[in-house]
Amino acid sequence: MSDAVLKVDGLVKRYGGTPVVDGLSFAIERGECFGLLGPNGAGKTTTLRCCLGLIDPDGGTIEMVGLPVPLAARQARIRVGVVPQMDNLDPDFTARENLIIYGRYFGIAKAELDRRIPKLLDFAGLQSKEHASIRTLSGGMKRRLTLARALINDPELLILDEPTTGLDPQARHLIWDGLRQLLNQGKTILLTTHFMDEAERLATRLAVIDHGKLIASDEPRALIAQHVEPEVVEVYGDEARAWGETHGRGLADRIEITGETAFCYARDPQPLLKTLLGQSGVRYLHRPANLEDLFIKLTGRELRD
Amino acid sequence: MTNIYRMPEFSLRWTPVWRRNLLVWRKLAIASVLGNIADPLLYMLAIGYGIGSFIPEMNGMKYIAFIGTGMVCQSAMFTASFEGMYSAFSRMFMQRTWDAIINTPISLDDVLFAEWIWTATKSVISVTAILLVILALGYGHSGLAIWILPLGFLVGLCFGAFALIMNALAPGYDFFTYFFTLMLTPMLLLSGVFFPVEQMPAALQAVASALPLKHAIDIARPLLMGRIPDALFLHIAVLAAYAVVAYYVALVLTRRRLLK
Repeated sequence: MSDAVLKVDGLVKRYGGTPVVDGLSFAIERGECFGLLGPNGAGKTTTLRCCLGLIDPDGGTIEMVGLPVPLAARQARIRVGVVPQMDNLDPDFTARENLIIYGRYFGIAKAELDRRIPKLLDFAGLQSKEHASIRTLSGGMKRRLTLARALINDPELLILDEPTTGLDPQARHLIWDGLRQLLNQGKTILLTTHFMDEAERLATRLAVIDHGKLIASDEPRALIAQHVEPEVVEVYGDEARAWGETHGRGLADRIEITGETAFCYARDPQPLLKTLLGQSGVRYLHRPANLEDLFIKLTGRELRD
Repeated sequence: MTNIYRMPEFSLRWTPVWRRNLLVWRKLAIASVLGNIADPLLYMLAIGYGIGSFIPEMNGMKYIAFIGTGMVCQSAMFTASFEGMYSAFSRMFMQRTWDAIINTPISLDDVLFAEWIWTATKSVISVTAILLVILALGYGHSGLAIWILPLGFLVGLCFGAFALIMNALAPGYDFFTYFFTLMLTPMLLLSGVFFPVEQMPAALQAVASALPLKHAIDIARPLLMGRIPDALFLHIAVLAAYAVVAYYVALVLTRRRLLK
């Protein structure tokens, strides 16, 4: 037996004959933050729903907190916390009542809830909002309360489906701080996101999936080093396209021109920078390669949805 | 493929969901009860006293008591229908409360079962309120009337299940209008709420004999008069059969809607 908290092996899920998840395998070790990345429609949410036992897979096996899913999904869910993509706090209740009611769904005794709830409100920075109605909370407060709610059963595995979508930068940083605290406490996290900065900050290991298949999986830095040239020069402006065709294409290891921007990927950017010095009609940015470059390289630039 | 036709899965985990609904109801209990019983009470008093002054007796009952028993059953029907459509739809679709619950050890089968029992609970609450008014007006003849409460529960299960079928199919709130105009209004007019079914032409009587509300009224009226209803078990069986079959259909349709 491995120490994997979640083990997905050859997962297949089809809708009307079309595979949405197509032979996906990955394993999450205890204490790590595993990021599941992919464009819209890549199969992230379907994978999560299979793991929770809400839908039955058409193939493959899932083992969550040591239990087979969907067979023992109910028992497995007792030890898992979920932060869904869309807020679904109970609007008829206060912050505290939301935690109590949710705790009851797990069958947690009143005395134990009374002990846990102050700590969770404290963790979420919502002590002063204990008796506030959900309708009066801001978007960031709601997300923090949803995160606190997902911890009511002291889960071994925390599953977060795009936890910071729609939040402002301040609220996102607060959520990230909270998640880092949980990782320091030794919790295991499965995170789906399409914010690359979020994945880069939090995830110890990543899987990039597209069309329901795993394309690459490793530590974030290793993935970038493996798939993308280390340096990027982004060139913008009216002349960027012309410059890209005449100079960029020859000097960069790889170049992508879209609209009025040329993305040049290079091991050695100096020759590119030299030609840009005397170039009029362009602005440029020289930076190290990041996860977004990797993501775009692996999943392409065309729009999804 | 998830088998949506499998038999219902039963566990006691549904109770916290029922309790959640009870807690919400308690916050607005008085307004909620008034909302559920205002209509039937107005009908009972206005028509009961108004028309009742021309027709003092109907089938050996004071007309107001006659219409009162009709209203008890009608309120069980409407209360469960509202709860299973508008309120359940808010929880399922608008607030995504069900989505939050099924991420816990509670399954969708448990959630739907809790909602079903809750629709019937609401029916018992409004039946109790109307029955108290009838008794206060002096129209209760025996302790047998207490059996109208479990009857209210059964009627609630029956119409709550119909309503949950509509809920599982509804794209939006407007959809529920069909249920009122095509189901509940004909049911109200053909089941003997305002006048005995025997007054109607044979063809309509045949239709009425298939309507669950008619069977409910056939139980409620004798009970209020202090008599054991004729063919009691047949009436109960009809109501129970409608309830169980409709609940299974609602469950299959709800699984189809949410477990994908």
